[in-house]
Amino acid sequence: MIAHSIFFYIFSFVAIFSAIMVTVSKNTVHSVFFLILDFITISCLFIMIGAEFLGMIMLIVYVGAVAVLFLFVVMMLNVAQQKKQWFSSIGSSKHIPLGVLISVIIFFELIVVIGGWKFKPDVASLMSLSPNAEISNTHSIGNILYTDYIHLFQLSGMILLVAMIGAIVLTFRKRSGLKRQSYFSQISREREDSVELMDVNSKQGVDIDA
Amino acid sequence: MLDIGLGHYLTLGAIIFSIGVAGIFLNRKNIIVILMSIELILLSVNINLVSFSIFLNDITGQIFTLFILTVAAAEAAIGLAIIVVYYRNTSTVDIEEIQSLKG
Repeated sequence: MIAHSIFFYIFSFVAIFSAIMVTVSKNTVHSVFFLILDFITISCLFIMIGAEFLGMIMLIVYVGAVAVLFLFVVMMLNVAQQKKQWFSSIGSSKHIPLGVLISVIIFFELIVVIGGWKFKPDVASLMSLSPNAEISNTHSIGNILYTDYIHLFQLSGMILLVAMIGAIVLTFRKRSGLKRQSYFSQISREREDSVELMDVNSKQGVDIDA
Repeated sequence: MLDIGLGHYLTLGAIIFSIGVAGIFLNRKNIIVILMSIELILLSVNINLVSFSIFLNDITGQIFTLFILTVAAAEAAIGLAIIVVYYRNTSTVDIEEIQSLKG
């Protein structure tokens, strides 16, 4: 129990610190690195409290795909060193007190809600996962995800497909002066269009330009 | 203090959510950091769902975390594609320079 507490405090301290550093880093590449650290720390927390499958999926999806995508775009756009100072002009700094005020208000509202919240008395009847189950976390997720939530699961697959098509359509650029294959005209070429048999008389040849 | 309960995890989620909201307001550099703040907000929502799921012994919260993960990945891909197209057109992603909507 004591080890659980110590690790919770270590991981949550690292998570909060790296979340702050994502916001305030001057260099955008450093922001992406701290975002990766944040994702890894939160997935460690997930594994610690018993959601192993989601912790591993977080590592794969966020660190392996999303954060690398961010890093790729940051390096491709050359925005990492554009602005050395944190706030680019005096005129924009009037947003700072308002932003801090709003986020502090949101934080205290959430704390009030968490502090005054308690379980409904008959919550035990809603539980679908028995506490001392023999099956693993991944097994129980699969039991529900592919039966009760199959339509939502397929819908999320459609969301990913639409996102993929959208990203490709947005960034696709047709460049001129480039020799490309013309698939349709190549495939639809017939024998009659390209090959012709001719009777050639001896010693006369054939006029190929005709 | 030493007994970690649901409230500790919810508080951690609340802190990270507030940092994400503050990041959207405070950031004056480029749009990519704003997208990263949105990712932080989605991450804190995931913390809330997973901790409720564990402490209430109901697996549905983890299912919904999977769906939020899907939406977050799609949103990051589309957002970054829009940023790339914008950079190609205007050669900048500075927030100060993006004012064609006069906002």
